Amino acid sequence: MVQSLDRLKESPSQTAGPYVHIGCTPNYCGIEQVFPEDLGSRMLKEETRGERIRIVGRVFDGVGTPLKDALVEVWQADAAGLYPSPQETRGKADPAFTGFGRSAGDMATGEFVFETIKPGSVPFKDGRPQAPHVTLWIVARGINIGLHTRLYFGDEGAANEADPILARIEHRSRVATLIAPKTVEGGIATYRHDIFLQGEKETIFFDI
Amino acid sequence: MSGGSFYQRDRRWHPPAYDPGYKTSVTRSPQKALIALDNTLSEMTGPVFGHDTLGPLDDDMILNFAKDGEPIGQRIIVHGRVLDEDARPVPGALIEVWQANAGGRYRHKKESYLAPLDPNFGGCGRTISGPDGSYRFRTIKPGPYPWPNGPNDWRPAHIHFSIFGQGFAQRLITQMYFEGDPLIWLCPIVSTIPDKAAIERLIAPLDMANTVPMDARAYKFDIVLRGRRSTLFENRMEGN
Ligand SMILES: [Fe+2]
Repeated sequence: MVQSLDRLKESPSQTAGPYVHIGCTPNYCGIEQVFPEDLGSRMLKEETRGERIRIVGRVFDGVGTPLKDALVEVWQADAAGLYPSPQETRGKADPAFTGFGRSAGDMATGEFVFETIKPGSVPFKDGRPQAPHVTLWIVARGINIGLHTRLYFGDEGAANEADPILARIEHRSRVATLIAPKTVEGGIATYRHDIFLQGEKETIFFDI
Repeated sequence: MSGGSFYQRDRRWHPPAYDPGYKTSVTRSPQKALIALDNTLSEMTGPVFGHDTLGPLDDDMILNFAKDGEPIGQRIIVHGRVLDEDARPVPGALIEVWQANAGGRYRHKKESYLAPLDPNFGGCGRTISGPDGSYRFRTIKPGPYPWPNGPNDWRPAHIHFSIFGQGFAQRLITQMYFEGDPLIWLCPIVSTIPDKAAIERLIAPLDMANTVPMDARAYKFDIVLRGRRSTLFENRMEGN
């Protein structure tokens, strides 16, 4: 016998199910009397620093049908590359930026939308810069454990080339699944980022 | 407060993405291997929600949607602690919960079960763990309900939980079940979890010691989030 590590096991995940919106975006699904607004529905204030952008996309299943019951969350640094978190020790993030967003896919089209700012660069563990990116977390009915992925920006070619995480991906043809092309829609920089759960275009998901 | 990267998630303890017994997972499960990503600040940090996020009735589903009376059903208190894998309390964890009413019916446009809505029950609540990781909320015991998977599949009574820890890597959604419910062992969603010991971690025991006499029974449900390394031996910048 040896000593015990006395470690607990993480609570196992279960699917968010079809009614995740009741708990996570109740106002969006018609339960309007309980919370004044849905958590993560507003990432910006007027005084938030940084370039206004929009992130839009859909989540597709293995037969090419967009999910209409998914919940997508984003977590990102501010325009200077600082996280609004007590774990952030490099400086103080923009107090007018939450860094956290949550979007229920549109009930008719499945499209998720985030009105946010373009994040600055955040260092890798060894101090090298990472390309600007947004962390995404996806849950839905039929997804047994939340899926982590990232969005990189299509107009950051050189930074993406040098990114230490993208550089490690063995199957180079899959890197593109993490990079959102830039368009301008209604005068605002828009990054369109579809996520594919399965199939030839399957998005890269991370074990973080 | 500081902390290092999170302990690797034990993917064999969690349900696999693909489980044909839960039919919807068949086309919604990634088929390629997940790519290992050493935690960076993007994973080690996470959003923080202060107690000012909460309204006074957010943790009371008996009252937070009540219109002309209280909801029908068994009054219960759910309480427990949020801990990490080293059994350290996780303070400040936002916990969001949602559930069906006493008859097993959700308040949702896409819900088609014939059991009636309860005009006094919304079915959502939230709270934040205290300095010792403890949390509690009050609700009505949800009913079991049928769902379209097999021709006769029923969900055991359950409450959905969404939990934010201190880092985004700890993000977790799960479900709480109730001690003694025979439907637990028949449910294809429960059965996506491969290990019986893991399933038992989601079953809340009746807690008579915290039951309020003549008012509400208590169930105790502890939640464990991923633990994290000390920063002492990592995160060294190049050249150090
Ligand atoms: Fe449910």
